[in-house]
Amino acid sequence: MKPRPFDYARPDTVEEAVAILAEHGDEARVLAGGQTLLAMLNLRVVEPTVLVDITRIPELDAIRELDGRIEVGAAVTQSRLLAWPALAHKLPLLAAALPFVGHFQTRNKGTVCGSIAHADPTSEIPLSLALLEGEVVLRSRRGTRVLPAAEFQQGMLATARAGDELITAARFPIVGGAAAFREVARRHGDFAIVAVAAVAESASRVRLGVAGMAERPAVRRVATDGPAGIRDAVERLAWELEGYEDVHASARMRRDLLRGLAPVVIEEARRCAA
Amino acid sequence: MKRSGMGVFANAWTLAYARSVRRLVLGNKAVSQFLGTPVLRKEDPALLSGRGRYADDLPVPAGTLHAHVVRSPHAHAKIVGIDASAALAQDGVWAVVTGEDVRRLSDPFLIALKAPINQWSLAVERVRYVGEPVALVVADTRYLAEDAADLVRIDYEVLDAVIDPRAARDPSAPLIHPQAKSNEISVRRFSYGDTKRAFDAAHARVALTCSYPRNSFTPMECYVVVAEYRPSDDGYDVLANFQGPFSTHPVMARALRVPGPKLRLRIPPDSGGSFGIKLSVFPYIVLAALAARITGRPVKWVEDRLEHLVAASSGPNRITEIEAAVAKDGRILALRLDQLEDYGAFLRAPMPGPLYRMHGAVTGAYDIANVDVVNRVVLTNKMPASLIRGFGGPQLYLALERLVQRIAIELKLDHLEVIKRNLVPTRKFPYRAAAGALYDSGDYLRAVETTTGEGRLADLVRRRDAARAAGRHYGIGFAAVVEPGMSNMGYLSTLLTPEARDKAGPKNGAVSMVTVNVDPLGAVSVTADVTVQGQGHQTVLAQIVADRLGLSPADVNVVLEMDTAKDQWSIAAGTYSCRFTPGTAVAAHLAAERMADKLKAIAAKQLNVLPEDVELAGGKIRSRSNPDNALPFARVAGTAHWSPVMLPDGMAPALRETAVWSPPELEPPSSDDRINTSLTYGFVFDMCGVEIDPLNYQVRVDRYVSMHDAGRLLNPMIVNGQMRGAFVQGIATALYEEFVYDEAGQFLTGTFADYLVPTVAEIPPVEMLHQETPSPLTPLGAKGAAEGNCMSVPACIANAIADALGVRDVELPATPRRIHTLIAGAEESPLPDLAASARESTRETAR
Repeated sequence: MKPRPFDYARPDTVEEAVAILAEHGDEARVLAGGQTLLAMLNLRVVEPTVLVDITRIPELDAIRELDGRIEVGAAVTQSRLLAWPALAHKLPLLAAALPFVGHFQTRNKGTVCGSIAHADPTSEIPLSLALLEGEVVLRSRRGTRVLPAAEFQQGMLATARAGDELITAARFPIVGGAAAFREVARRHGDFAIVAVAAVAESASRVRLGVAGMAERPAVRRVATDGPAGIRDAVERLAWELEGYEDVHASARMRRDLLRGLAPVVIEEARRCAA
Repeated sequence: MKRSGMGVFANAWTLAYARSVRRLVLGNKAVSQFLGTPVLRKEDPALLSGRGRYADDLPVPAGTLHAHVVRSPHAHAKIVGIDASAALAQDGVWAVVTGEDVRRLSDPFLIALKAPINQWSLAVERVRYVGEPVALVVADTRYLAEDAADLVRIDYEVLDAVIDPRAARDPSAPLIHPQAKSNEISVRRFSYGDTKRAFDAAHARVALTCSYPRNSFTPMECYVVVAEYRPSDDGYDVLANFQGPFSTHPVMARALRVPGPKLRLRIPPDSGGSFGIKLSVFPYIVLAALAARITGRPVKWVEDRLEHLVAASSGPNRITEIEAAVAKDGRILALRLDQLEDYGAFLRAPMPGPLYRMHGAVTGAYDIANVDVVNRVVLTNKMPASLIRGFGGPQLYLALERLVQRIAIELKLDHLEVIKRNLVPTRKFPYRAAAGALYDSGDYLRAVETTTGEGRLADLVRRRDAARAAGRHYGIGFAAVVEPGMSNMGYLSTLLTPEARDKAGPKNGAVSMVTVNVDPLGAVSVTADVTVQGQGHQTVLAQIVADRLGLSPADVNVVLEMDTAKDQWSIAAGTYSCRFTPGTAVAAHLAAERMADKLKAIAAKQLNVLPEDVELAGGKIRSRSNPDNALPFARVAGTAHWSPVMLPDGMAPALRETAVWSPPELEPPSSDDRINTSLTYGFVFDMCGVEIDPLNYQVRVDRYVSMHDAGRLLNPMIVNGQMRGAFVQGIATALYEEFVYDEAGQFLTGTFADYLVPTVAEIPPVEMLHQETPSPLTPLGAKGAAEGNCMSVPACIANAIADALGVRDVELPATPRRIHTLIAGAEESPLPDLAASARESTRETAR
């Protein structure tokens, strides 16, 4: 459990960071909190030639509000966002979901954007970004790209980031005070088996997000005009996403978890809105 | 000890002895000051302030190299060739040790069976489980060793693997060890009483097949070995976090082809946990020793977590077919057990311990005169099984306690009532169980009455009724468990036929040793034959010795790091199978008592009183009748060192007493296969209520009550900690931890993301109750107590789940996935139009 040799770079600016990435491309890896990357290095699952540590770039270590969105810089840890005083007001979904991200200790190091970059299909933060229809900001020497969450996360641990690009921030749209989140995991802090989140869009409609059923989060709009309609919509989604099999759950169990959780979460979001 | 004539049934001598010891216990209580009180742990200030001295922290000799193990990716394969040339060409790489080196320089490990199952410290010719060590790369640093390991080319010819222990018995199954001609390498049948007649005459028969899962209890600290070879005396000097039993020391020395003293083994002062697992560092001790010999340099190896999960050690999984002959009122007239235990790819010493450790007590807490047992040892392509806390108890009690619940259901009786009708009655103690265990003391019925009384059971029933009325799944479970303490070193020979045992000579007993030393200034120090794993033995030994010498535990310095070249030890040494309290603690008591007697004799002369009138109290040695006539403890101690001339006639100078304790009740197996497997037998009675969450399929423990009778508690705080630890691991077995292999033998739970150790957040509160029925067989009256909940909790929770869901078969761990399978029912297929529109909406949202 020791990594192969690699070079370590600690740039002070985004320009320096993207210059290193431009030089090394896919051979380089960006190090932020390291809560996933270091384990992968030790397991020799990834074998980069250079690690680019972005945690000391001041520009990336900020939470900003800009035009209806909250921009979270790439060096912002999960615990810092969780402790941000305006969180419950501006991003109630994240206030609900972040306590489920790993553990207190891992959140102290793990970053919000690192979780998005890793793109685990069950992760809470990518699910939140997808559900809120947020964006990911990517910088390279070639310029800046802003991708919607649905375009950024392409599949299981796969994203649209090019080898020379640095994620500089994630942008979460401010959606009023009505959000609900639940997940089923074997232990508190584990990767979810299935996670379900919802935000109310109006008195008669919620946006429903599901993680852990497919290669990436799924987001649907569901009319809340009656239990039968909700049931049908969830049933449709369960069969559409199908679920998958691993040590902890069968595909069938995942569908049943969704069938059980989704109506509860939808109801919670709807009540919050009312 | 003579074998013939020493009947296994309680004889007059045993009872007379028991009565005299009982008096001794009562007599001692008068002078006990610290025993029985919650003295704070001497160990904690260092451990809690980060000053523990663990194996990996200790300094190593100059020039020490670092090793990395190359492991098999296959469950079963022939090793066609190993090409280490590219690895050896790397700077800083000293050696790549292979199975051929190991075969040339060492012998296979001794095992308990006469079977052609050769295991060396590296795979020779073939690999038999995923993770099996195949080569050892030795380099200047661990990083370099791991880099070079990637360059070791090993060609395999993959063979079919067998994982299911039942399938492994099939004559067509791939053979793990072809020379053994079968994967079922031992079958022994035992019969006590007249089981057939009881079954023929019974009102009913109740049968169940029960599977116990494969799991481990993972210590925070993995294996560490630092080995040095000294060509000058052809000896090995090894530091390792080995836990014992030290019967394994000769196994290692024999493998290394040296006499015992040439394998000097040192055990560090602190340990990051063991739970039985640290026995199985022993093949790596031999491997690192050989690597040191090959390279001519000290070699250090630290196991990492991946290695630990895939290959360190595992408890054995067991399939038990169990059947009872029962009377109309639920009384069990006879039992039949067919136990098929899966030991993985090799039979490591001292396996198959779990199958035999409980043998004398196979009837558990019940008074059952007739029992037939079939014990089967099977090998499969899994990591070898070995010691683990509970050691055979959890496997037995899951089957037995589930069966008792089934008896109640099939006979339409109350579960608790069936338990009570079958418990060994209090008047029968000391009680000789059908298969030979001598239950030293107990009051099982009172323990059950206390647990279920005081409104506790009524509260559970109220909770269950309310939950069920609301349509929820709620169940109540019980489990009654006899917990053995200190194993008879002869129990494993029950594996052999009486004829084979006759030929080999009897094995029995369990030797414990402690040395008490008083220096010229009166400072007391103690060494003992245990290895530290965090239990708090230093504290308890200090309590025992302090009481005898009239000092405070703070005055007693206890050093438990072990050095086999200098410390007292015998084959039973080590910390395992609850041997401390019935064994080492007694030896400490005896050694301290001898020391006290000697000090009294010295003081008597100086105080001008009779030795009988001398007592040790408050740091003084004084006349009992005239306490003012006193000498300081240190003054008397100094006399023994400085002034031999002042000693009573014939007394040896200096103050050093080593006591050896080996209780006579631990007899060899009798000619009819009865065996008193342990010295003390405690009792645990558990009761719980669980609710199954229909939304997430998790089992929520609503209330858990656990009653213990471990005889006299030497330090109630420490015992309580041990019991809570065992409870946590019982919960782990019941609900979380399992080693999973797929059909091809690939290991699916190789990280802590898949092998789930519950954290404090997952552990329900537990209410611990105690009663004390002192053991008459140990001078302190105390019994082993640290494994009981590992044995009772899985059974109790399985019973509660069975009650909640009305099911017969409950597979552990009862994961959400398994619960889901039990309650999900059929899934309706999607309507065709729903499926079509679902595909449509996928496309829509992909934009």
